[in-house]
Amino acid sequence: MRVDYITGNTAIAEAAIVAGLKFYAGYPITPSSDIFEYLARELPKHGGHVIQFEDEIASINAVIGASWACAKAMTATSGPGFSLMLEAISLAVITETPLVIAYVMRTGPSTGVPTRAGQYDVLQATYGFHGGLVIPVLAASTPQEAYDLTVKAFNVSEMLRTPVVLLTDATIAHTYGKVIMRERGELEIIERIRPLTPPDKYKPYEPVKEHVPAMACFGDGYNVLVESLTHDERGYYAPRTDVQRKLMWRLYRKIVDSAPKLFDYSAIGLEGCDYAFISYGSTALSAQVAAKMLREKGYRVGTLKLRTLYPIYEDGIRKLVSSAKKVFVIENNVGLYYRELRAILRDKEVVSVPIIDLDLPQPQEIVEVVKQWL
Amino acid sequence: MAVAHPLDKYLRTDRIPTMWCPGCGLGIVMGTLLRAVDRRIKEGSLKRENVGFAGGIGCTARMTLYPLFDSAHVIHGRAIPFALAVKIVKPEMKMIVVGGDGDLAAIGGNHILHAIRRNADLLVVMVNNMIYGMTGGQVAPTTPRGLYTTTTPYGNPEREMNMIKLTAALGANYVARGSITHPQLLEQYLYKALGKRGLAFVEVISTCPELFGRHIGFRSPVDLYMEIRKRIVIKAKPSIEESDYSWEKGFVIGEFVDRDEPGFTDTIYEYLNKIRGGGVQ
Amino acid sequence: MGVRGLSQLRIAANKYFINIIPDRCKECGLCIAVCPTKVLGRGSERNLRGFRYVVALNPEKCIGCRNCEYNCPDFAIFIEVGAK
Repeated sequence: MRVDYITGNTAIAEAAIVAGLKFYAGYPITPSSDIFEYLARELPKHGGHVIQFEDEIASINAVIGASWACAKAMTATSGPGFSLMLEAISLAVITETPLVIAYVMRTGPSTGVPTRAGQYDVLQATYGFHGGLVIPVLAASTPQEAYDLTVKAFNVSEMLRTPVVLLTDATIAHTYGKVIMRERGELEIIERIRPLTPPDKYKPYEPVKEHVPAMACFGDGYNVLVESLTHDERGYYAPRTDVQRKLMWRLYRKIVDSAPKLFDYSAIGLEGCDYAFISYGSTALSAQVAAKMLREKGYRVGTLKLRTLYPIYEDGIRKLVSSAKKVFVIENNVGLYYRELRAILRDKEVVSVPIIDLDLPQPQEIVEVVKQWL
Repeated sequence: MAVAHPLDKYLRTDRIPTMWCPGCGLGIVMGTLLRAVDRRIKEGSLKRENVGFAGGIGCTARMTLYPLFDSAHVIHGRAIPFALAVKIVKPEMKMIVVGGDGDLAAIGGNHILHAIRRNADLLVVMVNNMIYGMTGGQVAPTTPRGLYTTTTPYGNPEREMNMIKLTAALGANYVARGSITHPQLLEQYLYKALGKRGLAFVEVISTCPELFGRHIGFRSPVDLYMEIRKRIVIKAKPSIEESDYSWEKGFVIGEFVDRDEPGFTDTIYEYLNKIRGGGVQ
Repeated sequence: MGVRGLSQLRIAANKYFINIIPDRCKECGLCIAVCPTKVLGRGSERNLRGFRYVVALNPEKCIGCRNCEYNCPDFAIFIEVGAK
């Protein structure tokens, strides 16, 4: 175990190395580039490769290739780069390729303010790719969380054979904080299931555990098929409704059914509260301060900071805020994740508190907006 | 006593016949490529489990569906970064990228450019049928000027893209152009390319009997095949300049570049060993 | 051992055997066109997919050049050298 004072971006890079990262492909983009630079310096010492590709499209496709050579692989990017990666994320979903994307959000749309933060891409992170499925999205609000959730992102990606997005923003990326870094023996590290059957019996897309198939890699002698077309368990193209249904539901279920297992949050004062603040990422820091200010004025306000944004554990969230009469969803965007929460908290009033700020939303501003509703 | 087809051992025979139209050149390319791989395996310079295929989208990329090897059928234009990453992680692999002119020269153009610049250890086989076959016969960057396609109904006003010149200019270790009308010669190029380090690029002039041939007046696969064969010029040591083609001029086939510069994989492992050995801090 | 589940014609031809796998043939005619000695011809019988598969009309003329084998896009024909 080590303790250091590092930024969110450095925390991600450090955690990735501990998680067993062996291949990083990337393209420079603010505010994610220092993850790339740090790994370029450190990862080779651990026997891993860091390659700068010609664009984000090449980077994510290389990450997919590396994962099929059985290396733990990741990339880091921001909004414009993630948009370019979307087609390949869809490929990673249908081919069930474990990989991690550190998504350091910046102000948008388009070039926006590249050096400053926002939470505009929270929906894009899971709904952006075509094909109508969901990928796990974890959200960090501090360097320590960035560290812990990076390890978790790799574990989830290996366990479920899926791309996982680790969401942070420009504020977390470049804020220094105390981070406790655990060594390999002190952490749970999950590895993908490898085939137990001989090559002639192996089917690359036959689930062996909770919807998840075992993964053979290039060079293992298993004649694996990485197939972007709708495929049966052998990986053979099958343009049939029964095959499509089976595949879609399995890919959907393996993520959605894992929601309770993946659920991660921190709650302050939710028990017996009248009002609940729900937030995530850097904005959660402001929301917690705002809640404290209101509690000091006598309001019973609790906060729920979500570290798992997708898949949404509906029962878990409902239970946590069950005593609240009103739920406020505080975000640094026009009110996006609010839509998700409104859909699952149908029995109570859910209020969107969208505060657009290039830095952390000021707690005082949150208090002023919320007070109109108390 | 019947014997199996000599290439059956390398095929997912339960998927044959292929999805390609009757007389499509792609089956010839695949057979020829597998024969070249077979020669390498037989002579012991290549291990079967170390041969991998990757292709993007298009009729050519579907070639990844049939060989009984590790194989990836990924997204349009992106087979090169996929294959390159496999090669970097597992340098013992011999990665073969198969793609059409649309897959590799148009949408995947950026990746081939940089793969060659790196001298990435890949065999890239670009099958040039001068058309977008799978989507219904639209113009490709390689379509000869003046020819009719579904998106150039008045004739193609654009210049043909010469991938030989491009790959040679950027420093590939091996650049050759073959034709499905001369498969024995093509096998020689592919065999040689499989033995190269760095990037080997083999363009194969091929036929799309349904969507290219019919559109320009050749009614059967044989007619188009014979027409292309007439327009092929075999040269022992062609110059790069001679690689420019047009429908009128025809297509020069041969080996345009053959050099032996260090490949990308060797170089990065050299660096890696230095770093891990403490040579670089 | 032949191709699993598919019938196979093995025609003695001079010093060779011409092997034809009818159900793989797509009737494209390339093998017929590239044969230098006109051994092959279009058949009249149809295979599983309705193609009139290739037949060896003049097997005795086969010189074992394997042009048919190399130019068949469908792995439907190959030449075996016979035991002397």
